[in-house]
Amino acid sequence: MFHDNKANRLRKEILARVARAFFADQPADTINRIPISMRLKGARNASRCCIYKDRAVLKYRTMAALGYSVENETDELKPISAYFENALRRTEAADPVLTVIDVACSACVTTQYSATNACKGCLARSCETVCPKKAIEFREGKAWLNPEKCVNCGLCMKACPYHAIIHIPIPCEEACPVGAITKDPETGRELIDRTKCTYCGKCLRECPFAAITDLSQMIDVLKALQSRHAVAMIAPSVAGQLPGTLPQLITALKTIGFSDVVEVAAGADQTALHESAEWLERTTGGEAFMTTSCCPAYIETVEKHLPELKPYVSDTPTPMAYTAANVRKKDPEAITVFIGPCIAKRVEARKNPDVDFVLTFEELGAMLVGAEVDVLECEAASFSAEPSREGRGFAASRGVTKAVEAALPDCRRLMKPVQVDGIDRKSLLRMKQWSSGTCPGNFVEVMSCEGGCIAGPGTIGNPRIALKELARLCDESPTMTDRRTDEPVSI
Amino acid sequence: MKTVNVSICTGTACHLMGGAHLLTFDEMLDPVTAGHVTLTGSHCLGLCGDEKNGKAPFARVNDRIISDATLNKLLRAVREEIGLESD
Repeated sequence: MFHDNKANRLRKEILARVARAFFADQPADTINRIPISMRLKGARNASRCCIYKDRAVLKYRTMAALGYSVENETDELKPISAYFENALRRTEAADPVLTVIDVACSACVTTQYSATNACKGCLARSCETVCPKKAIEFREGKAWLNPEKCVNCGLCMKACPYHAIIHIPIPCEEACPVGAITKDPETGRELIDRTKCTYCGKCLRECPFAAITDLSQMIDVLKALQSRHAVAMIAPSVAGQLPGTLPQLITALKTIGFSDVVEVAAGADQTALHESAEWLERTTGGEAFMTTSCCPAYIETVEKHLPELKPYVSDTPTPMAYTAANVRKKDPEAITVFIGPCIAKRVEARKNPDVDFVLTFEELGAMLVGAEVDVLECEAASFSAEPSREGRGFAASRGVTKAVEAALPDCRRLMKPVQVDGIDRKSLLRMKQWSSGTCPGNFVEVMSCEGGCIAGPGTIGNPRIALKELARLCDESPTMTDRRTDEPVSI
Repeated sequence: MKTVNVSICTGTACHLMGGAHLLTFDEMLDPVTAGHVTLTGSHCLGLCGDEKNGKAPFARVNDRIISDATLNKLLRAVREEIGLESD
């Protein structure tokens, strides 16, 4: 299960330790000691060759948690505290980027097929027969794949009657739907091509060595909180992410220094209303279909890999954009912080001057741990903003479709919704063909993460529990049609 | 029948470190074991403050404290408590 494993826990432990150091009496000393306190002298818990290499890798992980990537290192003697102090001084968060911690990357073998000792050295030698590159050699009577010749076609694996040839995946490359990760032929380590990367975060989640990381904005937000002018904008996918109830979480956020907390689900209501009107206008105007625009990893995918779909993407602002604009309208000086499950939102925020910072739920959890705020011990805040059930529903797959349907009750028979529940290579190919007129519907909801935002790479909660919690929260909320005040849309 | 109380710490630190996933523990149990188990979420057990206790997430299986808890560690502890498995 990718959601909870040791690599994932390690990433969160680093974030929590950095947040603890921020609040410690001696932050610089505490932060410098992170690699040592995680691999104590004499401890037998080294995950690599020795604790010294582990500590070096932990140093780079800490740098990423401070918003610096390994490539930023120019002087190996520079202590982590110096990066920490730089982070406190910078006025803008690091550019959103996914980066490989090269020393952590295990440089998974390039040959993706290998003959195991289950090989019987049989008479048929089907593997040798089917191999188009003469890559199968026999050593001591058993098959051996010559990596110099093998082209990873996999025919030998299919041919072997003993299942003696296995496929060894490179998890990050397999997870990447757009081929943005490839091996550096010199070192065997992975490189991420920024011109192809869509920031979906799948590689980060799948790398068993936790060697892929994004650059955290946690320190920037912790510093901004001291101004008492930061407004938290919590994504609809908050359901099931932290312990306690939503009103308790609001108190917790105010305890750590947010001046106000708003729900992005209210912005989602605006998105749904605008998007439904746009859809109606486009389809009655003769366009074959329209896709949603709220998933930033999908937008990056269109920009970089599906330019032919661009004319079909809705122009409606995202729930985050609406919410941030509302906050700024109320208080132009507010520092706006989006808190959600998503890494790609950092890219969207970079393009939107209304959004200052983006935190993941993991980062928020780490900040609460650092500030020693226990959500379950917090009093429930009284709060008035009540998004509709449809706005809240944006967090799960099919949610946006349901919201747009609810906004157009008279047009339901005209709507033919199509789901892209998770962007992978297969769905990418499917989408590529749609611009030539093969789209099976006229309203396409695209979610980069399978299951929707509640299964995003920055989540803490278990997606199954989160889905139940979300359903509960939606059931408590009024429906959009009860709340609508604007003119109904008619054909 | 022997009952085993499993309580998962839902303090913020434990929840962050994986406690959120341990709450699905009942879904992995076979019907016989499930009959013995009462699963609850608990307020902060106060164990994360001292590194000597081990790592978060923490859980309690009857009187045993499980640190760096995983679903399988919990299952093993439960089966030992019932007497289905011995050390």
